[in-house]
Amino acid sequence: MTEPPNGVVVGIEHLYKQYETAAGPVPVLKDVNLEIHRGEFVAIMGPSGSGKSTFMNILGCLDTPTRGRYVLDGHDTSALDSDDLARLRNRFIGFVFQGFNLLPRASLLENVALPLIYAGTPRRERSERARELLERVGLGRHVEHRPSQISGGQQQRVAIARALANRPSLLLADEPTGNLDTATSHEIMGLFTQLNAEAGITVVLVTHEHDVARFAKREVSFVDGVVTHDGHVREPESAT
Amino acid sequence: MIGSILREAWKSMGANKLRTFLTMLGMVIGVGAVILMLAIGQGAQYVVKQAIATMGSNLFIVLASFSTTSGVRTGTGQAPTLTVNDARALLELNTVAEVAPMQPGTKQIVYGAANWNTQVYGVTPGYFTVRDWTVIEGDPITETDVRNATRVAIVGQTVLDRLFGDEPAVGKTIRLENIPFTVAGVLDRKGQSFDGRDQDDTVLIPLTTAQRKVFGSQFPNSVRMIMVQAVSENAMAQAEEDITRLLRERRRTPEGQEPDFTVRNLSAVADVQAQTTKVMSILLGAVACVSLIVGGIGIMNIMLVSVTERTREIGIRMAIGARRRDILAQFLLEAIIVSVLGCVIGVALGVGCALLAMRVTGIYAEVTVWSVLLSFAVAAFIGVFFGFYPARKAAWLKPIEALRYQ
Repeated sequence: MTEPPNGVVVGIEHLYKQYETAAGPVPVLKDVNLEIHRGEFVAIMGPSGSGKSTFMNILGCLDTPTRGRYVLDGHDTSALDSDDLARLRNRFIGFVFQGFNLLPRASLLENVALPLIYAGTPRRERSERARELLERVGLGRHVEHRPSQISGGQQQRVAIARALANRPSLLLADEPTGNLDTATSHEIMGLFTQLNAEAGITVVLVTHEHDVARFAKREVSFVDGVVTHDGHVREPESAT
Repeated sequence: MIGSILREAWKSMGANKLRTFLTMLGMVIGVGAVILMLAIGQGAQYVVKQAIATMGSNLFIVLASFSTTSGVRTGTGQAPTLTVNDARALLELNTVAEVAPMQPGTKQIVYGAANWNTQVYGVTPGYFTVRDWTVIEGDPITETDVRNATRVAIVGQTVLDRLFGDEPAVGKTIRLENIPFTVAGVLDRKGQSFDGRDQDDTVLIPLTTAQRKVFGSQFPNSVRMIMVQAVSENAMAQAEEDITRLLRERRRTPEGQEPDFTVRNLSAVADVQAQTTKVMSILLGAVACVSLIVGGIGIMNIMLVSVTERTREIGIRMAIGARRRDILAQFLLEAIIVSVLGCVIGVALGVGCALLAMRVTGIYAEVTVWSVLLSFAVAAFIGVFFGFYPARKAAWLKPIEALRYQ
């Protein structure tokens, strides 16, 4: 695969999304244009109903746009079928969810190794890579534990390790601190910052908390399906 | 890949042991029933086939029926209307291979202190051919024996056991109606006939000896029955016609009048018996198959519940890169594992029950390799068939909807 020009990881042009309902089509995203470069740390902000979750799903190849173009790391996603999208999710995107979404019956090691199974990585290599990732997020001593045996903050670290398994182009975090207390939230955000700064991993974070968005370098705000702000992270008026 | 899917499936089955066990139980009982029923059906067929094989092939039996001369009708085989000459004439027919005129009766036999009540048959050498029965020790009855009405006897295995035990029998003297007979030979074991009689419980003596000395008929040349063997299976119909025509001619029985003899096709009787057993075993198998299908529906039911319960898990897997076929394979494999594992236990249970049935009831049951293979094939098919719909349902979930499922 050739390096895309200017290191553009996400290229979105004239993106529309509307849902068909009994009362007619409901537009959720209207003419969104966005470019995210390699190594950026972007926070996507907006109130509920602003379309930021839908945007996030399209960004993560979990949903497809009604119109417009989305190029992920040089791959145009518009013409792909479900298997191709699954492959893109597997290789180019790492998901971190609000609810951690670990498999409860699997050990931490198995959880982290799961994307590698779907990538067809050999067994020995899977377990080595998973161990290495767990060490990187500070859980090298808990590889055989179940998710229920560790704290929420630790579970989110495991989820981050899992998201990194296939060295994705894009780390997508959807309200990653929504279920965590303030101190743990800061720890997790610290980890994202570290991964972004040290390993140059592109991070896209969806949140409605300014406190969390503060960790990012760039802020994109959505209101009613339209991008209303794109630039440096703003300090909220109330915070000063 | 397949290895990790197998491990996953095994783990998720282990996570809900009671449910997995109950699902499997449906298959266990279904397969067990199929194996047991097929074993019993197969066993019954085997017994009948064996009995038919020992009877001799392409056989007719001609019985003397009622006498028309006296006013009183006697039962079949009672009237002295069949003769040795009839038998000789029948042998001349092209469609007839061998004849065996017989004079049967029940007599008490004494050897030393032991005695036994058995079927005594007065026969000619043809009898051994017709019944396909060999003498394993000593000599059979010869033409000379018949001509001279010698006092020799051939004993069956049951008689041998009852009278002689482990002693050698050939050359010993037994008494029949107080007449001494020398045991000339011992018959091979035949087992049960298809109507359940013990064929080995018999003593054979020369026909002439039987007529003149043992049964003492007032018509010295008459016989109770003649066994006739046709030259081939295809000649059976023609042979039956020939026999009837010839015997009618010999008696000058006018057209339209009932003859004083009866011709029975023994092979046809046996075929009916075989057919009956076959139908019975098919019926048993069909009933057992119904329980197998019920087991399959149980699997489908549980798989559907499992898919609903694990919707979120499916969503997570899809988000991190599982394709539809990966999800399909996972759920399908789980269904197949449950059904095949249930099948293994079911086969063991079925074989165990078949052995137990043999010991307790004395029924002959036969577990065949093909019935086991059939069960495995059916179980795998049921796993795929009833597992496919739930697995497809799982695989066709939309990633976002599955992820949002609470």
